[in-house]
Amino acid sequence: MSTAAPSVAGPGARAGRISPLRKRLDRVGDRMLFGVCALAALIAGATIVLVGFQIVHGASPALSKFGFGFVYETTWQPNFGEFGAGALLFGTAVTSAFALLLGAPIAIAIGLFLTLLAPRGVRGVVGPLVELLAAIPSVILGFWGLLVLAPFVQAHVEPFLHSTLGFLPIFGAPETTGLSVFTASLILTIMVIPIIASISRDLFQSVPPELQDGASALGATRWEVVRGIVLPTTSSGVVAACILGLGRALGEAIAVSQVIGAGSTIQASLFKSGDTLASRIALQFPGALTELHKASLYYCALILLVISVVANVAASWIGRRFSYSGAVNG
Amino acid sequence: MSAPTIPDPSAPLTPSGNLRRRQLVSRAAELVATAAAIAAIAVLAIVIWTVASRGIKTIDLDFVFTGYPTGVGPMLLGTIVISLVATLIAMPIGVLIALFLTEYAGARGVRSMKMVLDLLNGLPSIVLGVFVFALLVDHKQQSAFAGAVALAIIELPLIARGSQEVLLLVPKGLREASDALGVARWRSVVTVILPTALGGIVTATVLAVARAAGETAPLILASSVFDPKSFSVNPFEALPNVPVWIYKLSEEGNPEGFNEAWGMSLLLVSFILFASLGARALLARSKRKLSQ
Repeated sequence: MSTAAPSVAGPGARAGRISPLRKRLDRVGDRMLFGVCALAALIAGATIVLVGFQIVHGASPALSKFGFGFVYETTWQPNFGEFGAGALLFGTAVTSAFALLLGAPIAIAIGLFLTLLAPRGVRGVVGPLVELLAAIPSVILGFWGLLVLAPFVQAHVEPFLHSTLGFLPIFGAPETTGLSVFTASLILTIMVIPIIASISRDLFQSVPPELQDGASALGATRWEVVRGIVLPTTSSGVVAACILGLGRALGEAIAVSQVIGAGSTIQASLFKSGDTLASRIALQFPGALTELHKASLYYCALILLVISVVANVAASWIGRRFSYSGAVNG
Repeated sequence: MSAPTIPDPSAPLTPSGNLRRRQLVSRAAELVATAAAIAAIAVLAIVIWTVASRGIKTIDLDFVFTGYPTGVGPMLLGTIVISLVATLIAMPIGVLIALFLTEYAGARGVRSMKMVLDLLNGLPSIVLGVFVFALLVDHKQQSAFAGAVALAIIELPLIARGSQEVLLLVPKGLREASDALGVARWRSVVTVILPTALGGIVTATVLAVARAAGETAPLILASSVFDPKSFSVNPFEALPNVPVWIYKLSEEGNPEGFNEAWGMSLLLVSFILFASLGARALLARSKRKLSQ
């Protein structure tokens, strides 16, 4: 037993005989490896629970003072201790919906381009480049939005939309700065596109080629193959991808706070300033005036947390529940 | 019975009527898809070109290495420290989770762990910021460590998922050979499986670092009140860092500050672009090698 070397001498050296020390060491080692792996998995799970607990705990003063009314109340006056997230929820919903409305079709089109149209070489370049769009830090995108996009939008896009579609209340008269819900939506669109594009590309690639070839053989044009085969087989996954993109847009704080102009009221026009839940937290949390103010910002974070969990669960449920790929491969 | 229509043999072989319409629609759809891809690339090019052309003017050796106000050395150093601490926390846990998924978990375990990782990945970074504020900063003081914890939570799902993909690619033969020799599970994990997957794990980590290095929202709550002159590396105080400083300068609206922010943006963007492009290329290579 004392001669047993636990080093990696190899079992061959001792003609298949494994010393009891090494056996015991291996048993302990196996248990320990399993233990630390399970511990790591537990830590990840516990983190989510802890995030939820800490945020509910922080929000509790606001929860007990305002209750559920906080969600639709629209006054936000830190000096008077009155808080309601209605206007912020409205801003969040408008910017994200607009970003999704504009971004999803573009992203799906990019996914189709990458799977069906682009030659192999182009695909290898364009795909990673689109994903790089997601790698640009939001603070830099927001800074660019503030100094480049907002003045451009204010000078060219907003006047054009106002003069052509001004009869719609959402395209009101442009402000002087270009810092608006509209600009924020455009920035969010840029952020949403790479997420939806890369997921939908992977989905489109999973469509069985026999189905597409069959349709082509029956005389379908490329677009008809897309309409009739590719999109229907992947629709649930594409919806799930859009929900994930929506989740990203809802939770973006920094870039939005840089370009949205931090307004506090609900305005019909997209060209006015507004604010979102996430951006309000980023702007006011560091300098929160009172405990109640801070608690209200925790409450906003709680709303965001709930939305992001719901979006994720919904996306995975839709993706699994209506998944067609299993049926095709089976 | 009417005479069957005989196609005119001299007619040109171009589609007409319905077929022509269908082909036009298809062509239009192709154009739209191509235009969408071009638009996305154009936005990327415009952003990067703006950052590069405006940032290059400010960047010189002094800018990178000296302290404030002539340079942004402290911010760069702080960002390096924060990313390093975050990675030191996230990488072991992430790799162990990947091992748990590939070596131990059953189908149910894999499914619930995947859900946990997806949820972590979907948490808005500002929510993580509020979380670390409540956990580590409130009633104490800001610290780079608190920021690093938030960044670690951002990196964790990326590292875990990337490592899991690579671990799954480790050839079955290696595992079976190791088992056939009577090697214990933990020994084959440590001496065979992990070394085989090491390249992929490292590149997945680099990708995660590139993603987390530019995160601003958690750092605004965890490490934003600092002395921009101090070359400190102590993670238990608030450290100057690049994203928060860019954010501050962009909010101040001072043209001098804007130049400085462009310079820092260029440094940050070029690090992120090179890291993610390089890691992606390496990852593709090591995956190809493993799956051969």
